[in-house]
Amino acid sequence: MGLRRPRPLRALQARIDAWVLRRVRRQAGPVTVTRQRVYILPTGFGYAFGGLSFVMLLGSMNYTNSMGFALTFLMGALGLVAMHHTHANLAGVEVRGGHAAPVFAGETARFELVLRAPGRAPHYGIEAGWPRQPHGNPVDVGLNANATLTLQLPALRRGWLAAPAFSVASRFPLGMFRAWTYLSLAQRVLVYPAPAPAGLPPPFRAPAGSGQSGDGRRGRDQFAGLRSYQRGDALNTIHWKSLPKLPQPMVKQFEDPRAPECQLHLDDAPGADLEQRLSQLARWVLDLDALGSRYGLNLPGVTLPMDQGEAHRHRCLQALALYGLDAQ
Amino acid sequence: MKPVDDVLPRPTLLRMLGVLLWVLAPHALRLPVWESALILGCLLWRFGALQRGWPLPPTLLRAVLTFSAFGAIYLSFGRINGQHSGTALLVLMTGLKLLEMRSRRDVLVVVILLYFLLLTHFLFSQELWTLAWMLGSAVLITALLIEIQHRHQLLPFRQTLRMSLRLTGQALPLMVLIFLLFPRIPGPLWGLPADAGASRTGIPDSMSPGDIADLILSEAVAFRVQFEGEPPAQRDLYWRGPVFDFFDGRKWETGFRRSDLPAADIRPGGRALSYEMVLEPTRTHWLFGLEMTDPAALPPESRINSDAQLIARKRVIERRLYRAVARPDYQLDPSPLSRWAEITNLRLPDDSAPRTRALIRQWQDRGLAGSALIDHALDHFRSQPFRYTLRPPLLGNQPIDEFLFDSRAGFCEHYASSFVVMMRLAGIPARVVVGYQGGEPNAVGDYWVVRQSDAHAWAEVWLPKRGWIRVDPTAAVSPDRIERSFDDVMAGAPAERPLWQGGERLWSAAVARWDWFNAQWNRWVLAYGPEVQRDVLQRLGIRDWGAMVLWLTAGVAVILAALSVHLLRSRQPRPPREPAVREWQRLRGILLAAGLPSSDSEGPLDLINRAARRWPQHAEALQTCGRLYCELRYLDDPGCPPPEVQLRAAVTHCKKRFLESSSP
Repeated sequence: MGLRRPRPLRALQARIDAWVLRRVRRQAGPVTVTRQRVYILPTGFGYAFGGLSFVMLLGSMNYTNSMGFALTFLMGALGLVAMHHTHANLAGVEVRGGHAAPVFAGETARFELVLRAPGRAPHYGIEAGWPRQPHGNPVDVGLNANATLTLQLPALRRGWLAAPAFSVASRFPLGMFRAWTYLSLAQRVLVYPAPAPAGLPPPFRAPAGSGQSGDGRRGRDQFAGLRSYQRGDALNTIHWKSLPKLPQPMVKQFEDPRAPECQLHLDDAPGADLEQRLSQLARWVLDLDALGSRYGLNLPGVTLPMDQGEAHRHRCLQALALYGLDAQ
Repeated sequence: MKPVDDVLPRPTLLRMLGVLLWVLAPHALRLPVWESALILGCLLWRFGALQRGWPLPPTLLRAVLTFSAFGAIYLSFGRINGQHSGTALLVLMTGLKLLEMRSRRDVLVVVILLYFLLLTHFLFSQELWTLAWMLGSAVLITALLIEIQHRHQLLPFRQTLRMSLRLTGQALPLMVLIFLLFPRIPGPLWGLPADAGASRTGIPDSMSPGDIADLILSEAVAFRVQFEGEPPAQRDLYWRGPVFDFFDGRKWETGFRRSDLPAADIRPGGRALSYEMVLEPTRTHWLFGLEMTDPAALPPESRINSDAQLIARKRVIERRLYRAVARPDYQLDPSPLSRWAEITNLRLPDDSAPRTRALIRQWQDRGLAGSALIDHALDHFRSQPFRYTLRPPLLGNQPIDEFLFDSRAGFCEHYASSFVVMMRLAGIPARVVVGYQGGEPNAVGDYWVVRQSDAHAWAEVWLPKRGWIRVDPTAAVSPDRIERSFDDVMAGAPAERPLWQGGERLWSAAVARWDWFNAQWNRWVLAYGPEVQRDVLQRLGIRDWGAMVLWLTAGVAVILAALSVHLLRSRQPRPPREPAVREWQRLRGILLAAGLPSSDSEGPLDLINRAARRWPQHAEALQTCGRLYCELRYLDDPGCPPPEVQLRAAVTHCKKRFLESSSP
């Protein structure tokens, strides 16, 4: 909306927000928005409406116009009633953390919030966002259906990315007031290391001495089926033909019992520092997974035996993501 | 030309056009035809843009339209900033705004304008029906606003309407409370435009032949009066308005007055007759007082001027309620007139009424003077074939002579005017008083209605030691006019009777009832100003501003608190209806407090086992609870005594044990 709050109030609100944000308790959820924690202020439109009511009051006084007074007071009363509706519309919403899929560093983490209306009244136009930043599209929380909101946060570093405190807000019904509250859910997203640029082939070590070279391309010949796309899959493995027909992209999977196996070691990865090496390892894990190879991962203190598949890929990437960080 | 990129979904925009039509409809009657047509054109254009994809007007055309709108308003009204022209301009701008609604901000501006347009309507009309119209409009606009604000998904119209009805309904008690208790101050705060207030007919500020006749044909209400105690006879009801003492041969008007003239010297006598009047707006300073207003009991914000007329301090542009006291046996200016007043009230144009002049001289030659001459003049009206008619023949250059000697047909203004001229020719100071005479009692309520058709003109003559005396020459000619109301006189010969007399009676009863509603509306709502507010609130025991504001604040707070409780309660989780479930929740609460959270999906026995492992010392009590709960929930025929009671006891027992174990 183009209408913004006047500047001094905005500054004041920023200070109050900061004070409040420091005191938001991190909870496991589900959290019910309690009415004591709902803050409310007029919106730009609300100020315009109030100003209009005031002008109308002056006009009614000047003309001693009784119906003018009646209308003015009706509008004032409407504003006050709307304020309570906006407040009550937000209070009572139950919020819990939903799915939070792992991402690679440099991507955007998406925290899902699942909203529910535990009472007898639905909640309309609930939006969520980071404090003092524009919020996403609102949703209605019906009586017997959960609604989902997504919070986006750039994932900069590998490891666990905890969702900071966020705000849940609503302007319903008249848009004259904005009610909001701050919540903090114990929600986190696993951030894999950003994969290094493709190019360097994985350090195959022929386990049975079958003389396989590093050229793993042959393993791509045997098609083993399709699975749904996940972030990090290489572009050339996408099954383009099915793309228009299916709601989500599919990825070709290859499996070759004769495909070379590979044991990855931290020391094998080139790189100036630990992060670059982990990135390279992440790249290899993705490549090997795309090839359908069996692979294992050895990090100091962590050993993942030879395996393959989605779950194994996740375990390896998780190990890379958390390596050297405080276990949590 | 830009293609239309609508900021609103199509159904919303359609509804907005509908609401706009509804809000503007009452204005259409007052606006010039070209403007109504232009606004309708804007609406149609927007509709066409929506339905047919017509392009909206380009910026240049819009600018031209806007400027020519200003020009056209100026040409139509002769001004830009008056009440009529201002409203016309606002209405027009709203119409044009439709054609450039490109952002959400524009949309919200239109909504704000819609609310404001409601107000402008009340500058012109505040009848009873406007209350319903206002509430309906507020509900519609608010429904539209909800729809606009709920932009991520189009809500069905019935739903927004229901929400809006709820909001408006909840706002109503607040509105009534604020209306009653918000401190009213006497307006205006700043200057009023010259055309403020509803345009209406009323007593003119000068009297040319025919002025009063136009007024007499109007059925509009002038004021309503309620007497305390016995109302006086109809023939004594003279409601005093302006006094005209300057005559140019054709037209009577109020001559020059020094602004600092003292009030007329009224010496009240006779029984005090107090009454309460709701005056329809006159757009002048005149208040009409029953002769003669007691200067000791003036309504607030008013005074008596040198003509003994009751004058309001500010122009009456809205209905005004006031109480006044009349003393029927009064003396007005009994002390000798000032030189100035004497000259003013004797002056006539030199060449006027030569035949009348001769007649008066003839009377004077017969020795008539003073009150004898007055009586003789009245006799003259009575004995000569004068008749009372609202359609007198047109008069030429010497209207007084022609009326007195040739046509001898006219109504109050002819009689009053010629009588005053006769008196002045005879050397008796005389003047014309205009106001209302009579009234009509309402069959339902205990009040009188005085209409414009009761407008009347009479004469006042000044006699030494007695002061100004009212003389009504019309009464000499047509006593009926004074005894009964004007309608009865004109109805005259009963030409034809309605076929069904009962219908007529029913009809007149309905009319009386409707007038009674309007009278109450005027009395209690429209005239609710500083004075009425003080009266009403004093009856409720609220005496001053401080108390008023205190009660207002407290009332608003109480209503809002009740609303808040109501709203929040409906959003709280429902307590489970089944007693067993309630008790089970209580047990889960106890365990949670002790440090063992549980989820809805966990089976009861699993939870009990988990808890029993953690607190072996309470295992028995816990297991009793679990067993009873399962019996209650899953057995078809629970035994007797009712196990709910047992379960409650068991949970309470558990709670006690937990409390005891945690306290030391």
